[in-house]
Amino acid sequence: MNLNDTDFELFAVPATFAQDRGALDARWKELQREAHPDRFAAQGAAAQRVAMQWSVRINEAYQRLKDPIRRASYLCELLDAPLNAENNTAMPAAFLMQQMEWREALDEVGDLAGLEALQAEVETGRARALSSLDWLIDEKGDYPAAAQQVRALMFIERFGQDVEAKFDQLGQ
Amino acid sequence: MALLQISEPGQAPDPHQRRIAVGIDLGTTHSLVASVRNGVAECLPDEQGRVLLPSAVRYLQNDRRQIGFDALAARAQDPANTITSVKRLMGRGLADIANRDDMSYRIGGSDAGMVTVQTLAGEKSPVEISAEILATLRYRAQDTFDDDELYGAVITVPAYFDEGQRQATKDAAQLAGLNVLRLISEPTAAAIAYGLDNASEGVYAVYDLGGGTFDISILRLTQGVFEVIATGGDSALGGDDYDHALADFVRAQTGVQVGSDADKASLLVAARAAKEALTESTSTTFSAEVAGQPVTFALSRAQFDAATQALTERTIAAVRKALRDAKLKPDALQGIVLVGGSTRMPQVRSAVAAFFGREPLVNLNPDEVVALGAAIQANQLAGNSSTGDLLLLDVIPLSLGIETMGGLVERIVPRNQTIPTAMAQDFTTYQDGQTALALHVVQGERDLVADCRSLARFTLRGIPPMAAGAARIRVTFTVDADGLLSVSAKEQGSGVEASVAVKPSYGLSDDQVATMLRESFSTAQQDMQARALVEARVDADRMLLATQSALNADGDLLSEAERAAIDALMSALRGTLATATEAAVVEAATKALADGTEAFAAQRMNQGIARALSGRKVESL
Repeated sequence: MNLNDTDFELFAVPATFAQDRGALDARWKELQREAHPDRFAAQGAAAQRVAMQWSVRINEAYQRLKDPIRRASYLCELLDAPLNAENNTAMPAAFLMQQMEWREALDEVGDLAGLEALQAEVETGRARALSSLDWLIDEKGDYPAAAQQVRALMFIERFGQDVEAKFDQLGQ
Repeated sequence: MALLQISEPGQAPDPHQRRIAVGIDLGTTHSLVASVRNGVAECLPDEQGRVLLPSAVRYLQNDRRQIGFDALAARAQDPANTITSVKRLMGRGLADIANRDDMSYRIGGSDAGMVTVQTLAGEKSPVEISAEILATLRYRAQDTFDDDELYGAVITVPAYFDEGQRQATKDAAQLAGLNVLRLISEPTAAAIAYGLDNASEGVYAVYDLGGGTFDISILRLTQGVFEVIATGGDSALGGDDYDHALADFVRAQTGVQVGSDADKASLLVAARAAKEALTESTSTTFSAEVAGQPVTFALSRAQFDAATQALTERTIAAVRKALRDAKLKPDALQGIVLVGGSTRMPQVRSAVAAFFGREPLVNLNPDEVVALGAAIQANQLAGNSSTGDLLLLDVIPLSLGIETMGGLVERIVPRNQTIPTAMAQDFTTYQDGQTALALHVVQGERDLVADCRSLARFTLRGIPPMAAGAARIRVTFTVDADGLLSVSAKEQGSGVEASVAVKPSYGLSDDQVATMLRESFSTAQQDMQARALVEARVDADRMLLATQSALNADGDLLSEAERAAIDALMSALRGTLATATEAAVVEAATKALADGTEAFAAQRMNQGIARALSGRKVESL
C-alpha cells in the first residue's frame, strides 16, 4: 500500500464502472478507522502528519469512487482516454438540442409542479446516460465513447444544479 | 526527588493511569465542562453544585473580574462592563455585527480586524473574554479531579462556524492554557451523547437552538461512525433574539421609552424571565424597571409565539435547506435530537414536530447534551476508552475558494466535503510576462467575492515570465480534521512555491496571541518560567509515552540501528528531564525525538493501512 496507488487499489475493489455503493461506504469507514488523525491524537505530531496524509488520500479516493461521473472520468483517464473537458466541448447535435429545450423549459417554468416535472425528466436522462456508461466501460471497453458520455453527463449535472437553484428562487 | 517507577516487563510504563480529558461546551449564554468518570459522562458542578456557568464576564477596577453568575447578577447595574453573548463576536469584524445598537456594551475595533469590547479595564478582544470563561472551567475541572495536569479538552463549536470563528475559539483555548484535542461541532457532540447511550443507527437531524446560534445538522450513524452529511443554520439566531423580539413587542405595546444601557439590559432580563415562565404556563406577567419606574404587562404564550414566530420560521427554512443538501425528505429521518435550552419553548417543539411529522427526542438534558458528547470524544482521544470504536468523520461547513478575475469566486473545496481533505485547482496568469500572482482566499456560498468572507491573502512570486495563460499554477487547499485551512500555490513548470497557514483576517496573529498570553490573567500571578517548564515537561512525558507505546506495539518494524537511534533519543530526553531547569532545553529534546520518530510513524501508518486491507481480503475469501 502506498499513497500513489489508484483509488481502486486503495479500496481493494475491481477497476470497473459498476461499484457496490454499500461496499465502498463500508470500506471507506474501515480505512478511516485505521488512518484518521483522531486515532493518533495521543501519539505526537509526526504520527498526526502522516495520518492526515492518509486520511486525505482516502477521502479523495472515496469522493471520486462514489460519484459515478467522477469515477467514470477517472477510469477513462486511467485507461488512456482522458476527458479534456476544458478543451473538448464538441457534443452531438441531438444532445445540444435537448439541452436547449431544457434551458427554455427552465426559464419558462413558474410553479413547483412544473419544476418537479422537469427535475424528473432530467433524472431520467441522467439514469439513461449512466446505464450506457456502464455498458461502454465494463462491457464494450470503448473508452473514447465513454469519455464523450461523461462530458454529456457533466452538462446534465450542471443543468440539474440550475434546477436546484430555481427551487431556491421559488422559495422552496 | 521522586522514586523511580519500574514497570512490569512488556507493559507500557504509564505514569498516568488515566489521562484527564474534558469536553467543553463554550456556549453563547452558558458554558459547561464535562468528563467521563467511571465510564459515565457527567457535567462537572461548581462549588455550589451548579453545572451551568453563565457565559458572562464583568470587568472591574484594579484588574479584577467576575465570571459566571456573579457577572450576570451585576449585568443590569453595570451593563457596559458585563459582557454576555461574546460568542457572537468571535472572529467577527465590525461590519458583521448587525444589531450593535441593541447591545448593552460598547463594541469597537476597525473594519479590518476582529471587534473589541470597550470596558473600564481597556479594550478586550472576544478571544480574551472567552478565555476567561474557558479558564474558569479549566480550574473547575482541576479542582474536581484534584489534579493540575489536564491532558486536554475537546471544545465544541457550532457546525456553521466559519474558519475565522473556529480559529478564534482555538486561540481562546490556548490563551486559557488548554490543550485542544479537537474542535467538534455541537450537533455532532449531541449525536455522540445520544448515539452511545441509545446505540441506535440511522439518519438523524440535530436541531440546536442555543442562546445565540442556530445549527441544523444531518448525521448518519452506522457501525460506530458518525458522519455529518449536511449542515446549515444561522450563526446569529438564537434565544437572545427571542428575548430581543419580546422586549421590542412589550416596548411597542406599553409605549415605554428606553434611554440608558441599564434600561435596555433590564428589559432584556425581564424578557428572558417571561420567556422561561411561558415554557411551563400559558400566561405570565412581564415585569421590569425602566428609568426607575416599574413596567408590568400581562403576557400570554400566544402573544409571545406570535411576536417571535418569524424567528422560528427562519430555523425551519434552514432545516429545509439542509435536508435538500442531504438529498433527503423529512420522513427519511430516524429521529430528531433537540439541543439547546431554547428548544424548551413549546412553539419550537411543535414547529419541529410538525415539519418532520414525528416527535423529537428529548430524553437527555438539552443544556448538557453537547458537553456530554464532547466529554465522550475527549475521553477517547486521550486514549482512555477501552472500546475505542467511535470515529468522527466531519464535514466542512462552508465552501472555500479563490478570487479570480472580475471579483468572482472559484470554489476549490465545496461545502459538506468530508475532512480532512486536500483539493487542488490549476490557475494561470492574466498578462504576458506576469511574474507574481496575488491569491485571495475566501469562504462562502456566493459567487461574488464581495459577498463572501475574506480569509487570507498571499502572493506567489518568482514565476518565470511567460505569455498570458501559459503558466500552470496549482493551488492546493488542505483542511485538517478541525476544519482549519492551509493553502499552498506552486507553479508547475518552475516549481516556485508559496504557502500560508490561514490565519484569517478576522483572527489573531500568532504575535497577538503570544502578547495576550504574556499579559494574560492566568500567567500574571504565576512565575512564567515555572509554568513554561511544567508545560514542556508534560509535553515531553506525553511524547515519551507515545513513543514507548508505539515501540511496544510495532517495534519489530525497525532495524536494529533505527531502534538504537530512537532509544538514544528517548534516553537523551529522559536525561534532559531529570536535570533541565529551562523550558527551551526540554522542548529541543522533545522536538529531536519527534523528528527522529517521524519515519517510524510513517511505517506504522503504512502497516495500519495494510492491516485494514488484509482484513478485507480474509472477509472476501
